[in-house]
Amino acid sequence: MSLTYSRKIMDDIRKEREKWERTLKEVFSITPQRLERFSTVSDQEIKPLYTPEDLQNHDFQRDMGFPGEYPFTRGVQPSMYRGRLWTMRMFAGLGTAKDTNQRFHVLVNAGQTGLSTAFDMPTLMGYDTESPRSKGECGKCGVAIDTIVDMEDLFDGLPVDGITTSMTINPPAPVIWGMYIAMAEKRGIDRRKIGGTIQNDMLKEFIAQKTFMCPPIPSLRLITDTVEFGTHEVPRWNTISISGYHIREAGSTAVQELAFTLADGIAYSQAAIERGLKVDDFAPRFSFFFNSHLDFFEEIAKFRAARRLWAKIMKERFKAEDPRSWWLRFHTQTAGCSLTAQQPYNNIVRTALQALAAVLGGTQSLHTNSLDEVLGLPTEEAATIALRTQQIIAEESGVANTIDPLGGAFFVEALSDRMEEEALAIIRKIDEMGGMLSAIEKNYPQREIADAAYRYQRQIDESIKTVVGVNKYATEERLPVEILEIDEALEKIQIEKTLRIKMERDNGKTGECLERLGEACVSGKNVMNPIIDAVKAYATLQEVCDVFRGAFGEYKDPGIY
Amino acid sequence: MRDRKLRVMVAKPGLDGHDRGARIIARAFRDAGFEVVYTGLHQTPDSIVKAAIQEDVDMIGLSSLAGAHMYLFPEVVKLLKENGADDIVVVGGGIIPDDDIPKLKAQGIVEIFTPGSKLDDMVGWVKANVKTRTD
Repeated sequence: MSLTYSRKIMDDIRKEREKWERTLKEVFSITPQRLERFSTVSDQEIKPLYTPEDLQNHDFQRDMGFPGEYPFTRGVQPSMYRGRLWTMRMFAGLGTAKDTNQRFHVLVNAGQTGLSTAFDMPTLMGYDTESPRSKGECGKCGVAIDTIVDMEDLFDGLPVDGITTSMTINPPAPVIWGMYIAMAEKRGIDRRKIGGTIQNDMLKEFIAQKTFMCPPIPSLRLITDTVEFGTHEVPRWNTISISGYHIREAGSTAVQELAFTLADGIAYSQAAIERGLKVDDFAPRFSFFFNSHLDFFEEIAKFRAARRLWAKIMKERFKAEDPRSWWLRFHTQTAGCSLTAQQPYNNIVRTALQALAAVLGGTQSLHTNSLDEVLGLPTEEAATIALRTQQIIAEESGVANTIDPLGGAFFVEALSDRMEEEALAIIRKIDEMGGMLSAIEKNYPQREIADAAYRYQRQIDESIKTVVGVNKYATEERLPVEILEIDEALEKIQIEKTLRIKMERDNGKTGECLERLGEACVSGKNVMNPIIDAVKAYATLQEVCDVFRGAFGEYKDPGIY
Repeated sequence: MRDRKLRVMVAKPGLDGHDRGARIIARAFRDAGFEVVYTGLHQTPDSIVKAAIQEDVDMIGLSSLAGAHMYLFPEVVKLLKENGADDIVVVGGGIIPDDDIPKLKAQGIVEIFTPGSKLDDMVGWVKANVKTRTD
C-alpha cells in the first residue's frame, strides 16, 4: 500500500525519477557535488531527493493518521498548538534557594508558563553542602537544597497549586519530591492537587549522565516506590521523565537516543507491573524528555517516530487500553553540547533552529539554552533572550498555526519510518540481552555511546562535520560575554543555615523518622511516606540519602572509555 | 631515564558527571600510543593523587565542567607537592572561564584546554611538553 498513488502513477514517477537522475549525473559531471557523502549529524546518509517511491510501504491511516489518534505520529492531542501552546519551561537554578527564587520570579514575570529547577552537584548526588565531598560545588550549577527550609525558600511567593514544577533530580528524587510535597502540605495544599515532574530516571544515569548513588537494582526499586505512591496519592504528578537528553549529550546518535530512552521506559513499565500496578494506572503519568540537536529534519523525524513507537509498545507489548497510556508526552531541551564557546552569539541562532525543530516535532514543553551556557550559568539577559526565542517561534513565525506542518513530506515521512525501524532493532537487541538492566551491566549502551561520541569528535577534528566558528570561519578575537559568577561565600552561608536548622530541630524525632525509613528500605515497604515524615522533621537530604546508601550500598563508575 | 611509553592519567575530580570529554580524550591518548589510566567519575583530589603515584604516571589531565575547578585543580597540585610528586605535570580542561585560566596557571596547572580544542593538538601538546619521569 502506498501513501496515495495508484500503480500507474507510481510507474510514471519511477520513469520521471530515472530521467531526473540521468540529468543530475550530467550536472555533477560538469560541477561535482559539494560533498562526497551527505549525512545527518548522527551520520545517517541522506539522498538528494525523496519521492513517493520512498513511501511505498507507508499507509496514511496506519502510519500517519490524525493528531490525537493512534499511533499519534502527528501529535498526542487532537488540537495540538491550536488549543494551547507548548509550556515554555526554562531550567533555572543558581546559588542559594533565595537566589533561584528570585530568578523564578523574573522568568514568570517575563511570561514563562512552568517552573523547572536545576540543582547543584551536591544536591544531585545526595550530599549536604557541609559534606567534604561538596567543597567548591555549592550553588555552582544549580541551587543547593539541604532541608525543607530551602525548599520553602525556593518556592516562596510562587503559586505551587497553580503552576507545574519540573525538578531535574535523580538519585535523591524521592527525597526532593518528598520535600516538595511536604512544603505544599505545610502551605495547606493537598498533595492530590499539585502537578509537576521529577526526572527520577536512574537507568539513563548509569548509561549517560552519571549521577548515581545506589546500584541499579535498588535504584529501580526506589523509582517503583515513587511510581506506586504517585499513582495512589499524587495523581497529577509525572513520576518519571524518561530521558534521552543526557544520552544524546553524552554523544549518542539520534537513533540511539530514541532506542535507549524507550528501552528505559520499557524497563520502568515492567518493574511497575511486577509491583502489581495496572499499566493504565501508571503509564499516563510517564513523561519523556528529549534533546533537540542541530540536524533539523533528523530531530523532527525522531520526535514523530518516538510517539509512534511508544504507542505501539504500550498497546501491543503492555496491552494498555487507555489512550493516555499510549501517549508519548515530552519535554525538549535544545542541545547544550552543540553550543560553542567561540563566537558565542551564534548560539542564539543554533538554539532557535533546534527549538523550531522541537515545535515542528510536537513537543509539550521546551527549554531553550542560553547563549552563554557553554561558559557558565546563564545570566538573566541571556536567559531572557532564550525565552524570547520561543515566544517569537510561537507568536510571530506562524509555525504553530497548523498541526504537524511537515507531515506528508516525502523526506520527513521516510526518515521517520527509518528511525522507527532502526530504533526498534536496537530495542530488540536489548530485549535479547534480557532488558535494559542487564544491558547496562554488560556496558552495552555505555560503549555504543562512547563509540559514537568519539566518531563525531574525530569528524569535527577532520572537518568532515562543520562547526561554525570552531573548525570553519574561525576568528581570533573573542567577543566579551558577561559570565555569571557564583559567590564562594554562599557555601559558608548555606552550611551555617543548615547547621542552625539541625540545632533547632527535635533530634529525637528526626532520628525516629530516619529509623522508620531504614526499616522500610529493608522490609520493602514503600519509602515515600517515611521520607515525607523525615523531611517534615527537618532531616537533611544527605541524612535521608545516607539511609539509602547504608541499606543498598553505593554504585561506582566502571570508568569505561 | 627509563625507556617506556608515556603514562597519562585522565581524572574526573568532584561530583560532576560530565565525562564525554574525558573519555574521548582518554581514547585519543590511547590511540596516540600513551598508556592511559582513567579514574572514572567522582574522585576526590586525594584519591587522584594516590592513584597517580601508585600508577606512576607522568601527567594528570583533570576534567571539570560543573564550576568547581578553582578548588579542585589547585588542590591536586598541592597534594602532589606534599607527597613529593610535583614532577607529575598537571593540566586541566572543561568549562573554564577565560578569567580563571591565569589564576589556575599561577597555582601550578601547566595548561588549560577549553571547549573546541582539537584532539590532535592536545596529543601534540603532551608529546612536546611531558617527558617520562626519572626515578
